Amino acid sequence: MTPFITHTGVAAALLRTNIDTDAIIPSREMKLVSKQGLGEGLFAGWRYTQVGGREPNPDFILNQSAYQGTSILLAGKNFGCGSSREHAVWALAEYGIRAIIAPSFGAIFYGNCIRNGILPLSLPDEVIAAMAAQIQDPQQHQIRIDLAHRQVIGVDGTVYEFVIAKACQHMLLDGLDQIGLTLKRADSIAAFESDYQKRRHWLFELPTDVAG
Amino acid sequence: MAQTLFDKLWADHEVTVLEDSLSLLYIDRIFLHERTGSVALESLVAAGRPVLNPEKVFCSMDHIVDTHSGRTDETLVPSGKQFIQSTRKASQAAGIRLFDIDDPMQGIVHVISPELGIVQPGCTLICPDSHTCSQGALGALAWGVGSSEAEHALATNTLVVKKPKTMRVNLTGVLEPGVTAKDVILQLIAQYGAAGGTGYAIEFAGEVIDAMGIEARLTLCNMAVEFSAFTALIAPDHKTLDYIEGKPYAPQGDSWLQAKQHWDTLFSDHDARFDKELSLDCSQLAPVVSWGTSPQHSCAVTGTVPVMPEQSASSDQSSYQRAYQYMDLQPGQALTSLVIDAAFIGSCTNSRISDLREAAAILRGRKVAAGVKAICVPGSKAVKRVAEAEGLDQIFIAAGFEWREPGCSMCFFAGGENFGFQKRVISSTNRNFEGRQGPETRTHLASPVTVAASAIAGRIADPRDYLP
Ligand code: SF4
Repeated sequence: MTPFITHTGVAAALLRTNIDTDAIIPSREMKLVSKQGLGEGLFAGWRYTQVGGREPNPDFILNQSAYQGTSILLAGKNFGCGSSREHAVWALAEYGIRAIIAPSFGAIFYGNCIRNGILPLSLPDEVIAAMAAQIQDPQQHQIRIDLAHRQVIGVDGTVYEFVIAKACQHMLLDGLDQIGLTLKRADSIAAFESDYQKRRHWLFELPTDVAG
Repeated sequence: MAQTLFDKLWADHEVTVLEDSLSLLYIDRIFLHERTGSVALESLVAAGRPVLNPEKVFCSMDHIVDTHSGRTDETLVPSGKQFIQSTRKASQAAGIRLFDIDDPMQGIVHVISPELGIVQPGCTLICPDSHTCSQGALGALAWGVGSSEAEHALATNTLVVKKPKTMRVNLTGVLEPGVTAKDVILQLIAQYGAAGGTGYAIEFAGEVIDAMGIEARLTLCNMAVEFSAFTALIAPDHKTLDYIEGKPYAPQGDSWLQAKQHWDTLFSDHDARFDKELSLDCSQLAPVVSWGTSPQHSCAVTGTVPVMPEQSASSDQSSYQRAYQYMDLQPGQALTSLVIDAAFIGSCTNSRISDLREAAAILRGRKVAAGVKAICVPGSKAVKRVAEAEGLDQIFIAAGFEWREPGCSMCFFAGGENFGFQKRVISSTNRNFEGRQGPETRTHLASPVTVAASAIAGRIADPRDYLP
């Protein structure tokens, strides 16, 4: 996983509440049993003029020339609510999004971001609206994020502190693989399991011959 | 110390406390489906990691399988066949119990897991599917995860989870005839917002819960994710135990007695403290229908499309504006004035036998209005069998409904079958997001009885006018 340490980039504002994962990647755009090939489908319903088509909708912010290379999204609260599809995060990552700044996030989406090197960063609605209002020329006025110091630096130089759980911060900073980390605890998991199995043995007595 | 039900379940599964209120939790059951499960299984294989305990992993074919009779691996979803076949291959290779298309136990994951006794009170269950919270209705800690987390659980039997805060939602009063669990959850979301449950594990309690059957409880918990909750829970009671007893995967003999002894301890202590308590008086509740593009855009069926609340954040205003435009509505329009093109009864929210019975009671001896496409998709083969034994299929068909094979069907659009461009659909599903049921399709969420009544009226209708 690509570590996230600091990042400076073009920010685009999609200031709408409850942007769901169906909007981020419509199910029809999940064409392969794969984590790849999803960037093109990002925001497909808004980004293209026709369903399934690829003609850019000029009204959609990411299609405007000033927003080429956008790597930071500013959004309304509850970003990434809805379906658990990790494809939403894979699509964002493939498109080049490194961070999303919103007042709150869908819980599953949040975890998916952390596991895929995207920083989900919470700031209050007013701060995000103020940050968005300051972006005149997005290519010139970029936003900077420093994860180690938990700071966002707006285009006018204002520093905003943010809060993130230490474990999430480490995962992103070090680009860690969570499964590898947990497997190092295999012994304590096994010890727990043997005790747990005694307490809750019925959960382990699964019939293997259930047929209709 | 007094504990909530959630605290008890958490403590029982806590392998170790990590930092920052994160814990490593032991996972008892993993469910996969062909839309997201195949990616997880293949990625695990690619990383050279085996499925640790395949006997506790289950997989359903539900999301993209066709729902017409005589179905095969062919499906209208582009490349859907590839998802179906790679899921079959990956499940077989991993030694996982797959409920395949022709299996008599096939159905939507959140319908078949309770139905087969796979989810049980006190267990932890995860699935790469957001509506896994449904299964908390049986007193299990069940929640939806992403594919990477599913891989983590498959490879380690554990998950790293941030402990959510606890919320109790007290549902008081008695539901009037024609008012259902679906109306309660839509009302809760309308009142407190689609982000109202962010960061919380919710326990539903109160008279309304005591009076509710297990299937209605599953409907209620199903939409906890639409409230942005981590998950929902209901303490098991005698109804829960009666429901589970004798199910194929339920404990038997002495194990049943021991399990029951444990389950009897699964409730929130009377002096347990929740981080937040909400309460909703349901006695005056009318049937609820969504008007916009978020479940929080919902109101009484007798109401009108609301005016944008003053002083809302600009991001909220833009979501209201967009919703009016997408749904082609004006504030002030009566919901019952909206003419519908289609009616859908199905999905993990409302496709169980009680849902079909209630809808059929309204449809009996009546006809779907001309020009309305009406479809009923039972949630599982077992539901379908019972419905057919009771003759419900004949009532649906005589009324003008299509009667389908089990699956998610048109609950979501994956590039295949859909209701059509700008069609207005009344639907017993859980998401009215833009494009959820098809390109520019306009979805109104409602209970199965409201869908049935609306199908007959040809416009959104109050089911209380059609009760038998
Ligand atoms: S019925 Fe709909 S919401 Fe439920 S699991 Fe299937 S697609 Fe998801």
